[in-house]
Amino acid sequence: MNYTFRFRDVFSSWDILQDGLLLTLRLSVITILAGLVIGTLCAAAMTYGPRWLRLSVQSYVEVIRNTPLIVQLFLVFFGLPSLGVRLDAETASVLTLSVNLGAYTSEIVRAGLEAIPKTQIEAGHALGLTGPQIFRYIVLFPALKTTYPALASQFILLMLATSVVSQISAEDLFHAASIIQSRTFRDFEVYAVVAGIYLALALALRVMFSGFYHLAFGRR
Amino acid sequence: MIRDFGLIDVGYLMLAARWTLLLAAIAFVGGSIAGLLLTLLRVQPFAPLRWVASAWILIVQGTPLLAWLFVFYFGLALIGFPISTWLAVIAAYSLYASAYLAEIWRGALQSIPRQQWEAGSALALGFLEQLQHVIIPQAIRIAIPPTVGFLVQLIKNTSLAAVIGFVELTREGQLTNASTFKPFTVFIVVAAIYFAICFPLTQLSRNLEGRLHVARRVS
Amino acid sequence: MSLVACRDVVKRFGTNTVLDGVSLEVAAGEIVAIIGRSGSGKSTLLRCVNGLEAIQDGSIRVGDTTINAPGADLRAVRQRVGIVFQSYNLFPHLTVEKNITLAPRVVKKISDRDARQIASDVLAKVGLSEKVNAYPDSLSGGQQQRVAIARSLAMNPDLMLFDEITSALDPELVGEVLKVLEALASQGMTMMLVTHEMGFARRCADRVVFMHQGKIWEQGSAATFFDNPKTPELTSFLSAVLH
Repeated sequence: MNYTFRFRDVFSSWDILQDGLLLTLRLSVITILAGLVIGTLCAAAMTYGPRWLRLSVQSYVEVIRNTPLIVQLFLVFFGLPSLGVRLDAETASVLTLSVNLGAYTSEIVRAGLEAIPKTQIEAGHALGLTGPQIFRYIVLFPALKTTYPALASQFILLMLATSVVSQISAEDLFHAASIIQSRTFRDFEVYAVVAGIYLALALALRVMFSGFYHLAFGRR
Repeated sequence: MIRDFGLIDVGYLMLAARWTLLLAAIAFVGGSIAGLLLTLLRVQPFAPLRWVASAWILIVQGTPLLAWLFVFYFGLALIGFPISTWLAVIAAYSLYASAYLAEIWRGALQSIPRQQWEAGSALALGFLEQLQHVIIPQAIRIAIPPTVGFLVQLIKNTSLAAVIGFVELTREGQLTNASTFKPFTVFIVVAAIYFAICFPLTQLSRNLEGRLHVARRVS
Repeated sequence: MSLVACRDVVKRFGTNTVLDGVSLEVAAGEIVAIIGRSGSGKSTLLRCVNGLEAIQDGSIRVGDTTINAPGADLRAVRQRVGIVFQSYNLFPHLTVEKNITLAPRVVKKISDRDARQIASDVLAKVGLSEKVNAYPDSLSGGQQQRVAIARSLAMNPDLMLFDEITSALDPELVGEVLKVLEALASQGMTMMLVTHEMGFARRCADRVVFMHQGKIWEQGSAATFFDNPKTPELTSFLSAVLH
């Protein structure tokens, strides 16, 4: 093997990587927040909702969980325009990722809700709280606490999965890699460096999530 | 040339799904072998080897599968292998599966109470004998549902191989779309085929888990 | 020569000294009951004797093996020293018979047929012959504990260690387990047992050892020990457990 590695070419395009990194971060943050809201609402609907609502939420979750993200993304970005809905790459990405993460989150949160003892809810009723009040004040906090580790790893997986948006030309970190690759032909170096950046991001997220855990739940 | 999307295309897509299944199967076998090794490294007593295994898992779980596909695709060419998509894809997916399977299996091993190991050593069983006769038979029952669950992840994620031109279900979808230009129909059909493969496995995993809980409640 | 000799044994968990210079000899055929408050180090002492816990200072000899010596053959020692735990620790995925035959087959390489014969012998000793094909989770706590005793006996040990084996049992199940112990005692088995059953200790033990703060605080023959405690710590302990 007489190949010389030249990482310099990659790092000289740092500004491109930086732009990509910013979109990856933005996508991750927006999607995590949206996914958490969708997931919590769906979990509540699946646990306490009427039958028709439970069934529709259940179908949404199953369809999303049993099909690949990239196919969902293609369907939204390439498929929806033929129904007259035209979205730019970034909007399509946010939409798909949020809907995708929402399904996974709802399964996790639902397990947390089901783990709350019935006596807790009865105690809430006995104190005269309404259903939503019981959910808000008694159920939600411990449910999020028990599911937090699973949620945190799901969010990290999501951050890594945002890389597929490069396939509909959203200009994220992974897309930046392909731009640099086409300019420098340093294929291996580019993807190794980008993999390293993702790794650093994943580790940073882990540290952040565990810090947030102690902040939010530490005193209890 | 644009033609119509017909039943024949559905047939082609379904045929392409066999490459999806084959890739998932090979990756599962490759990942299992490497994953088993990693699992053993993580529970054996020599600390530096445990760190190596942990680092491997940390790195693989902290990077996108897509990046590994490219690294192997271009990396193998660098070290003299001609760019073989099959080889790159199998290597990347085995690596990916090994880390996740190792985590699942380590979790199952560690869920067996410490006292079971202790009872084994009190009976003069050695480390490997304890593992073989006491710990693994109990851990397998715990590990099966999440392992089947991961298999679903693996099947879905084979779709990413389309990105480096490996022809499986998703890539076949892209190709069909290019010639028929019916993206909505094509990708709905593609999604439906994935669903038909994955949903039964998801249900299986769920049922196995339920049965396990019942069994535990009785004991 | 005594069968077990502990000399100035020191065991620490981090900075916490659990055994603080314990010396104790047990002769072949002797039955030694160890009593004391929780945290006094009595269970730790038993676990050190068959090498489940490493010690930091002193020495422990069983037979002619010094078990804390570097390179000591712990597996050989454990074939001669059985231990029964408070929480039974049967293997839930194996039948009663397989629980018993596992170690003879795997460790001693005894043939399947002979191992099954051993299983039926030891099950008869603990009065559970009819449970040979049962799984542990279908047995009561007392029955599980008797199977655990049988499992240890199957290795044909010279010494049996019993670590609070009746503490996790419902009161009505304690008797059946103690009966098995009494039968073993009458057959001349050497035993060290940590127990809260003072009546049993007085009836069956040759010697009673009271541990306090990681030390052997007081010991004596079962006949005199309970009636004439010499230290205030033992006096207060006995008055607490005997009401």
